[in-house]
Amino acid sequence: MLAVECDHVNIRYITGDMKSIGLKEYCLRHITGNYHVKEFYADKNITFSLEQGDMLGIIGSNGAGKSTLLKAISGILIPTGGTIRTHGKIAALLELASGFDADMTVRENTYLRGAMLGYTKKFLDEKYDEIIAFAELEKFQDYYFKQLSSGMKSRLAFSIACLVNPKILILDEVLSVGDGAFRKKSGDKMKEILDSGITGILVSHSIDQVRELCNKILWLDHGNQIAFTSDVEHYCDAYEEYLMTKKLPRCLEDIDKLADGWSVRCERERLEKEAKETQKLEKLLESGKSDTAINAALDIIRKNKPELLRETAE
Amino acid sequence: MQRAGTEKPAHLQSLMNDDGQCPYGIYYMKRTIDRLFRNLSTNMFLFEELVKRDFEKKYKRTALGMAWSVLSPMLTLLVMKIVFTRFFGKDTPHYTTYLFAGNIIMSYYREATNNGMSSLMNNASVITKINIPKYLFVLSQNVSALINFLLTVVVFFVFALLDGITLHPRMLMLFYPTLCLIIFNIGVGMILSALFVFFRDIRYLYSVFLMLLQYLSAIFYTVDRFPASAQKLFLLNPIYVYIKYFRTIVISQQIPSLAYHALCAMYAVVLLIIGGVIYKKYNHQFVYYI
Repeated sequence: MLAVECDHVNIRYITGDMKSIGLKEYCLRHITGNYHVKEFYADKNITFSLEQGDMLGIIGSNGAGKSTLLKAISGILIPTGGTIRTHGKIAALLELASGFDADMTVRENTYLRGAMLGYTKKFLDEKYDEIIAFAELEKFQDYYFKQLSSGMKSRLAFSIACLVNPKILILDEVLSVGDGAFRKKSGDKMKEILDSGITGILVSHSIDQVRELCNKILWLDHGNQIAFTSDVEHYCDAYEEYLMTKKLPRCLEDIDKLADGWSVRCERERLEKEAKETQKLEKLLESGKSDTAINAALDIIRKNKPELLRETAE
Repeated sequence: MQRAGTEKPAHLQSLMNDDGQCPYGIYYMKRTIDRLFRNLSTNMFLFEELVKRDFEKKYKRTALGMAWSVLSPMLTLLVMKIVFTRFFGKDTPHYTTYLFAGNIIMSYYREATNNGMSSLMNNASVITKINIPKYLFVLSQNVSALINFLLTVVVFFVFALLDGITLHPRMLMLFYPTLCLIIFNIGVGMILSALFVFFRDIRYLYSVFLMLLQYLSAIFYTVDRFPASAQKLFLLNPIYVYIKYFRTIVISQQIPSLAYHALCAMYAVVLLIIGGVIYKKYNHQFVYYI
């Protein structure tokens, strides 16, 4: 069953109209005939479709139109052209930490945000303790929101948001929240939600995350759709190579070339690294005091080639 | 769910085909109203939370808290009474009540529309991230202004009693102009908040306009000095119309004519429809500009 369908979606921002120049300029320029607006397409002709259970990773450098596209899919923005069809309830977790009220307490903010995400009062009453416990904010429940550190803010935001139970889940860089321990906890929680068979759309700058979680990839660049594919590994390779060389692929061959380039680069880096390690070790062994150096060498041999030791013993 | 860009929504066309005898406009309105109520009931909890926030935030961290809702109009009235009774109202019966009636309505209107105007912009960070009906923000500001207004109405009656006004069952009719005023304020708030998204200058223009409106609403003077034709012109000002209704009920203790009721309702409904149409048409554009 189709879960998300984008058909030739265009999203256009207009700059230079009333809002940016003010009423006076707006009138003046109309009178002098000097009124022009600049159009800016954040997304051009994006077409893709997701089956239920798919996990789409959207990749692309800054300003590629990823977040704008997510907003359109979640219904916050109506596209300028084209259609978006979605089936099932959508939850969009976009830049969570913003939009809280600094002058309200943690408790009040939790309820307000929960209400905005469409939870019921009963549900929140039940889950409130769980949310606070997950965010590790038990001691701060009656603090004003502005008194929290930014890490705490995003932890709370994540904890409220991760209770959602949607058919389609949209994530914008939310998997990298808080410190190391919390990041692991939140990552696990997200994986748990994603594994329950829902459709997911993920924007992430961590390619490893995309490789791990996604089975489809949408590659955007300056609003253009470079690729939509289910060949995740290949295109991730190509994308990483593109990040290094900044050469945008124009056809399928380019993608292959990029991907090959990436594997060559990886191989080379691996070799270089190994060579460096060996060099370092050798130096260490040479310069070290006799006992420790010999012990270290023995350790390494034991670890990597135990048969060598056996031979010498015999 | 389907979201289309510039094309006409498909579901409406299909509706017309299914049932040809109903005109497009009525179906459209019925659907809109149906959806509005469905939206309202699903968003009731959110709405409550928003009202709570907007109302509490106003007096947060003040020593007297909600008492300011009562104190501030009382102090304003006191100042006005001291200043204006020297120049006006020597021959106006119950001048304090007269002055106060104008004052509370004007400040309710001012608060509701000013807060309504900035409600969208103040919640910009939420609107661009979570998909919730945007009129809720305007409504919640209106509700918290209304609560304030009702508190001042209590103060108003205390002053009216002190001023020698006797209570009368006819005063229950005050709910009618209040209802009209609520609808009127919501309409104006919607229009202003939408305008504010598109051009920010409106805030300054509006504060000038409010000042003008205040002087044109016969708050501290009476309109008797003007020729009869000019007095009619005052009826073009909805705020004056509502103030006059209050005064007629409380001071003259009479119920205005049916035509006057119609006039009150007309202003309210027209403004609400304009606001509603603007929202219906442009509410998806807001995100691009906020």
